[in-house]
Amino acid sequence: MHNHSDLPCCELINHLGEYLDGELDSETNELISEHIESCYNCQVVVNTLSKTIQLCKDSSEKIHLPDDVHQRLLEKLNLE
Amino acid sequence: MTNEYNNGKFLDALHSGDKKAFAKLVEDNSESIYRVALRMLNNQQDAEDILQETFIKAMKYLPDFEGRSQLSTWLYRIAVNEALMLIRKRKPDFISIDNEIETEQGDLIPRQIVDFCCMPEDTLLNSETQSHISAAIETLSPALRATFILRDISGLSTKETADTLNISESAVKTRLLRARMDLRESLSSYFSSRMVDYA
Repeated sequence: MHNHSDLPCCELINHLGEYLDGELDSETNELISEHIESCYNCQVVVNTLSKTIQLCKDSSEKIHLPDDVHQRLLEKLNLE
Repeated sequence: MTNEYNNGKFLDALHSGDKKAFAKLVEDNSESIYRVALRMLNNQQDAEDILQETFIKAMKYLPDFEGRSQLSTWLYRIAVNEALMLIRKRKPDFISIDNEIETEQGDLIPRQIVDFCCMPEDTLLNSETQSHISAAIETLSPALRATFILRDISGLSTKETADTLNISESAVKTRLLRARMDLRESLSSYFSSRMVDYA
């Protein structure tokens, strides 16, 4: 069992993007998972980072092309 | 992207000026292009202008499109370039997207440790939060914003994002992490003031 000091918090941050995207090798991935389990602050950072991405994505999915904008686009392109 | 796009026939039809094929390209991609434009500029009129300009340029340059990337990625590239040009026109101190983003170790160190994941769903999803998210994305530098939008909102892969922005995959990863961490800080500040109401 690794103590969370085996991997300093600042080192973990550099790998956070790849960790969330599942792009790390299994050894580094495991080191980070173990660190997170024993470090409350990093746990909060990882969870809120993941939530931030999700909220931005969800919020953007609510953006739809308004009908009038769509209509003007077709007119502009002579596709009516 | 539909399978129809993956066979050469659709591209041939576009190259030969087939109006129906171009109409399909517009129908399938106009909403996602509008979304990127609105996220880049946070202004509906600007987003509409970029949307129109993207498809006008696509029509013009389709004969030069050789199919080395997906059509949707090619359209994203046009849209992002148009948005960046508009930003550059309005902000003379604009830093080119090609420039290296210097990231000091200290820039990424989290300042806010606020577990806002436990906030009620109706607060996380209300219109005030939506406005804050739009504003927070707008405060990112254009280079970080474009990377975040393409990768996390439009769902492009790291390689597709790199190709679209004409930067390396490692630059995409660096910019993406910086953008995500900046947005996390912004949302943490925003929610921490609201958590008092739920304490």
